[in-house]
Amino acid sequence: MSTVAETQIKLTPEHDARPGASVRSRLQDLLPKIVLAPSFAATIVFVYGFILWTIYLSFTNSKTFPSYAVTGARAYQRLWRWTFESDPPSSWYTSITNMGIFGFLYILICLALGLFLAILLDQKIRGEGVLRPIYLYPMALSFIVTGVAWKWFLDPGLGLEQTLHQWGWTSFHFDWIKNKDFVIYTVVIAGVWQASGFVMAMFLAGLRGIDGEIMKAAQIDGASAFQLYRRIVIPLLRPVFLSAFIVLAHLAIKSYDLVVALTSGGPGGSAWLPSNFMYEFTFKRNEMAVGSASAVIMLMTITAIIVPYLYSELREKSR
Amino acid sequence: MLRKLLIGTALATSFAFSAHAADVKEVQMLHWWTSGGEAAALNVLKQDLAKEGYAWKDVPVAGGGGDAAMTALKAMVAAGNYPTASQMLGYTVLDYAAAGVMGDLTETAKKEGWDKSVPAALQKFSVYDGKWVAAPVNVHSVNWLWINKAVMDKIGGTEPKTFDDFVALLDKAKAAGVIPLALGGQNWQEATMFDSVVLSTGGPEFYKKAMNDLDEESLKSDTMKKSFDNLAKLVKYVDPNFSGRDWNLATAMVIKGDALVQVMGDWAKGEFHAANKTPGTDFLCYRFPGTDGSVIYNSDMFGMFNVPEDRKAAQVALATATLSKSFQSAFNVVKGSVPARTDVPDTDFDACGKKGIADLKKANEGGTLFGSLAQGYGAPPAVANAYKDVVSKFVHGQIKTSDEAVTELVKAIDDAK
Repeated sequence: MSTVAETQIKLTPEHDARPGASVRSRLQDLLPKIVLAPSFAATIVFVYGFILWTIYLSFTNSKTFPSYAVTGARAYQRLWRWTFESDPPSSWYTSITNMGIFGFLYILICLALGLFLAILLDQKIRGEGVLRPIYLYPMALSFIVTGVAWKWFLDPGLGLEQTLHQWGWTSFHFDWIKNKDFVIYTVVIAGVWQASGFVMAMFLAGLRGIDGEIMKAAQIDGASAFQLYRRIVIPLLRPVFLSAFIVLAHLAIKSYDLVVALTSGGPGGSAWLPSNFMYEFTFKRNEMAVGSASAVIMLMTITAIIVPYLYSELREKSR
Repeated sequence: MLRKLLIGTALATSFAFSAHAADVKEVQMLHWWTSGGEAAALNVLKQDLAKEGYAWKDVPVAGGGGDAAMTALKAMVAAGNYPTASQMLGYTVLDYAAAGVMGDLTETAKKEGWDKSVPAALQKFSVYDGKWVAAPVNVHSVNWLWINKAVMDKIGGTEPKTFDDFVALLDKAKAAGVIPLALGGQNWQEATMFDSVVLSTGGPEFYKKAMNDLDEESLKSDTMKKSFDNLAKLVKYVDPNFSGRDWNLATAMVIKGDALVQVMGDWAKGEFHAANKTPGTDFLCYRFPGTDGSVIYNSDMFGMFNVPEDRKAAQVALATATLSKSFQSAFNVVKGSVPARTDVPDTDFDACGKKGIADLKKANEGGTLFGSLAQGYGAPPAVANAYKDVVSKFVHGQIKTSDEAVTELVKAIDDAK
């Protein structure tokens, strides 16, 4: 902000001689700000304003409707207590452990698979133009469509298991989607199917950006293909890893619809993620304070991941 | 100049006033009855109102349980844009009434004699602070068995009168190689079945104490433990794929003869009708064994909002039409439920409907008409959902014993209060 103000001060005397041009150039200076102002104001109100509102609500006793009398941190106390109720698991405990399992596997497998596919596609093969969109298109589907399609595919009475039984392999057994201990892994499968093509596209762009000279030099020095990727290509892709990680992390944290469409919550609520918990408590159980508190905790978690990343990125740029 | 302005303003205001004085001939209705049978049932009301010259403006929000609709309603009310009426369930009506956004239909209620014709148990939800705020549309009851008659004949079964009879019947079906019990493994379906199990195990007195009064002694009593044990017995008879299944798919299993019986509310009858099945010849409806004489109910209500004066006439017309005998009969014949007033003739109803009407009358007079906890008529949503959690976790094995289930139930309900 201060730099902008300074430039304006510097410019003003020069323009004073020609008042008409001064107005115009001042307008030109202001134009970006004027254009940005509405979206800036909208973001301030609808994102940050409502974040503050949610934080405020989490300290009230809001039930069906918001109530504005601050009554203390009872909602957080309840969540804290539920965090340690593992047997039988409380809904909150299930949600956060699922978040851990889902987030970890989803990001890891998407990165690994995306990179692997990108490396394969990068071998100057024929038909790349056909193959690339095939992997990328699942990203164009909404989570609801992905969820429903995989729900049918994984249902033992309809999809894969039933089909294989009809083909004669009657001992085949795959009922994860009906199993309280494994249902979260089906969410991982569907999520990975959807996002890994997108990660592949990111890595492919990164691979194309690597200078061919470096590769040639390494090959002349006698590096094997494995060493080439291990020592040179993957380290060079570091910025792509970081962007892919950020995209996947926020997809993981907000995947509410996938759980609903795929499992409708899972047997006994065993597929819940914190976002499901938040929606259930705020809108279905009329416990708005608890719902808000869980939303705040989700925000804190994201902040804890994003802020160090932004910090390290910005620090590197300023160097 | 000033004069002109003044005249202009005066004209504009008078125009605004005159526009205000004329009533808006339109009802705005928020509901989630979007599936075939339900939409057809609602169409009856639409036509009744059209005869009186009121246009119908639908605000349908799909989604069986109405969660999406309730979220939409919350947003509309928060924005001050009240619909004329909204389909609502149980405690939601009271929540909104407590927030002061509901209208007052007491005059209409007096004129139409709702106090006498609507069962007292229902009035608990449609009257707030002495004022009528909602018009009940129907009464569903949940303690029903829906049985495929062909399968029943094949295995040589008879109507089960006690819980043990029921288990014996399920055993017979199992031996004959059909799926004995069609259940959808979603928490509300499991809890709806458990409502009936509790009533059957503990009797009416116990049900009321535990499930409506939430009396802690009853909730952790041995009778409650036995109810959970009985539920565990029933769950043994479902097929391995039951988890997550929608209720109407479970009903379809009974219709097709893949399964013998489903424990479900009388909205299941709509599915039988849609498949052109007749009660008595194709399917049988019995009360859940050991619950004859009592009715566990839930009810759809049209909550009436505090709309501006010019839209009140339309609201009164809607409420009057909703509780008129002709609509109550026509609507409930299609919907599978029974009328929300006890003085509607049962001539148009099928055998199951006739039994439902008679049972409701008897239960209303005998004081054995109880709200379903699973359906949100036993306690506020926070408690009802905590209860569904516990039942579902018990069915799916996160909670392993009935002892643990009872402890969890007390704790969860305490938490949610």
